[in-house]
Amino acid sequence: MLIHVRHRTRYTYDHPVHSMIQALRLMPRNHEGQHVRRWQIDLDQDGTLRPGEDAFGNVLHMLSLEGPISGLCITVEGEVEMQDTSGIVRGALEKFPAELYLRDTPLTVADKAIADFARSVAAEAGGSPLKILHALLAALHAEIVFDTQQTDTATRAIDAFRMKQGVCQDLSHVFIACARVLGIPARYVGGYLMRSDDKIHQEAGHAWAEANVTGLGWIGFDPANGICPTESHIRVGVGLDYLGASPIRGARLGGRAETMEVEVTVANTYQSDPVHQTRWSRPAEAIAQASQQFQA
Amino acid sequence: MVYDEMRAADGTVRMPYAEVARWLQGVTSAQLERRRAEAELFYRRGGITFAVYGDAQGEERIIPYDIIPRILSGAEWARLKAGLEQRIRTLNLYLADIYGPREILKAGIVPSDLVWQNPAFRPEMAGLAVPHGIYIHIAGIDIVRTDGDDFYVLEDNARTPSGVSYMLGGREISIRLMPELYAAHRVAPVENYPNELLATLRSSAPRNATNDPTAVLLTPGQFNSAYYEHSFLADKMGIELVEGSDLFVRDGIVFMRTTEGPKRVDIVYRRVDDAFIDPLVFEPESMLGVPGLFAAYAAGNVTLANAVGTGAVDDKVVYSYVPDMVRFYLGEEPLLKNVPTWRCRDPKDLAYVLDHLSELVVKEVHGSGGYGMLVGPHATGADIALFRERLKADPTNYVAQPTLSLSTCPAFVENGIAPRHVDLRPFVLTGADGIRIVPGGLTRVALRAGSLVVNSSQGGGTKDTWVVVD
Repeated sequence: MLIHVRHRTRYTYDHPVHSMIQALRLMPRNHEGQHVRRWQIDLDQDGTLRPGEDAFGNVLHMLSLEGPISGLCITVEGEVEMQDTSGIVRGALEKFPAELYLRDTPLTVADKAIADFARSVAAEAGGSPLKILHALLAALHAEIVFDTQQTDTATRAIDAFRMKQGVCQDLSHVFIACARVLGIPARYVGGYLMRSDDKIHQEAGHAWAEANVTGLGWIGFDPANGICPTESHIRVGVGLDYLGASPIRGARLGGRAETMEVEVTVANTYQSDPVHQTRWSRPAEAIAQASQQFQA
Repeated sequence: MVYDEMRAADGTVRMPYAEVARWLQGVTSAQLERRRAEAELFYRRGGITFAVYGDAQGEERIIPYDIIPRILSGAEWARLKAGLEQRIRTLNLYLADIYGPREILKAGIVPSDLVWQNPAFRPEMAGLAVPHGIYIHIAGIDIVRTDGDDFYVLEDNARTPSGVSYMLGGREISIRLMPELYAAHRVAPVENYPNELLATLRSSAPRNATNDPTAVLLTPGQFNSAYYEHSFLADKMGIELVEGSDLFVRDGIVFMRTTEGPKRVDIVYRRVDDAFIDPLVFEPESMLGVPGLFAAYAAGNVTLANAVGTGAVDDKVVYSYVPDMVRFYLGEEPLLKNVPTWRCRDPKDLAYVLDHLSELVVKEVHGSGGYGMLVGPHATGADIALFRERLKADPTNYVAQPTLSLSTCPAFVENGIAPRHVDLRPFVLTGADGIRIVPGGLTRVALRAGSLVVNSSQGGGTKDTWVVVD
């Protein structure tokens, strides 16, 4: 299935911004079941995009901008050919052994409540890690109410679990925390979801988790939807938590307060876009050079 | 039997201390007290103070300075120096390995969780080619002795070790207040440390830098406990002392804001912890760092000294494997000894430790500054009971070591001249052009009688250390 994505992030500042720098993880890579037909990052301002790769193998663009600018619009647009793999991730770039993904981070560290929950789910499910992970997926999907009002990007797994509320990011963090408590390596995945309810226009990207099962490798679990990823899930960034896979992390000088609007369009047909923008292409050799620098 | 560095068991004075012993016989307590007071005044006037975290009363304190110098013979220093060089080469190779090909894990020498689960290991560093392959440009390796033969490493301190300003301040005081004693020895100089540090930093510049690279010292600011040292070193090296907001990154290049416009920066001697140096990669709320600094580093456009993630060698369990690392990377036998270490993560070791708590020193794996440790022989029953519970609850968080009978040196204390336990922190500099160690280092002294804890936060003082040219 061919999926078309348009992801637009628009910043508007109260005062002109003097300068800005951002780290963008906005470009998917190929692996089994995911083939990027075309993909580009467009800016409506003059700036420099330096392509590279982070330690986890994500494509990382560093954006430098000199002001004064009163706003910035980043548009990501592309097409990805997707096939269902039953959630199993094969052929992806792996920079670390699975064991690394047992590390705690502030966003994913478990407290006693999460640990008790994970252990009780595991005890009840019994059997193989795969069975336990599926039980965890179902239990979390039932336990935590999807709610966009209670949490933000800095919410920790322990807070979301206490409130029993959160968005896909929070559910993924809790899932990761539970898996790690059980000694199963787990990581965070940021990407896009083509929704089954034909809601083409969305307010944000999607997030889910992956857990590593000996013999099978990395397997996706989408606790917000209570399913394993399908051909509708486009993987973009992986990390130990949201911060490691975050689509945009930035800092700026000046500007005072900002407003940010995000529009995400994911559909299996091309959705025309009326807005014209400066187009940034990515020379193939540039990214190859960038990759080389990251290999010691 | 405690080894005293000045006097042998039969009371005879050891050779290197001959002049000191003679001098001590000639001075009165009143003279020593006057000099001690003058030394304190020197520190106070110079603003050479330190802040103790968690201490509401004394925001800034002066570290007590003991005016009687500690003497090391040239031969002793030569042995120690060779050991330090071997140690730092090994630690650099270990870091290059765990952030690169991971050979030591494949060989099964170091358990892999000590890398992958180590909070000080920074995955972001994996696969990065750091300039000249140097990770630890500045180390403050803590050394103790228990006899005349061996030097033991207590800690490697590979992050942002401090204390060198006390080494330099102590030397200045010695020369001023005890010119006659100083003149009676051929003391190897330490005053050139800032020059050596600057040369080390400049040699470590990225290969694409000009042959006149620009270095800066990045400080967290005046509220940091070591701020005095930051400003002192920047001043002595003649480089800019900057805070995060004085630097910015554009197109992968680091610049410093100056009155004449942006100036490119090639080397950042950073005294800001890993977690705070770049909010785009690490702690997102940090205001102390520079957004984009890590990307500039990853692109090979700036040197960070020390590299990010060097704390992966500071862990006290990793420490216990350093002798194996020396053999693995260099094919040599370690010249410096490690203190025997029981790893409480190992059930057999834990059982031994729990049975011998009153004899052992128990330390947190990631602890520092003398906090969170149990010195068994000096601990109360309640302290031992508390540590027993902690050990049982979280054994992986602890190691234990025998209580070393640290060597003593004469110190001037309330009731006159008395032996006090000491350690030594030499500062080991590694640049692209080699390893530099100024002779000596910072001697820390436990001024309380019988105390083995030399940390300044725990009532320790400092001494000048004289390496006497034979």
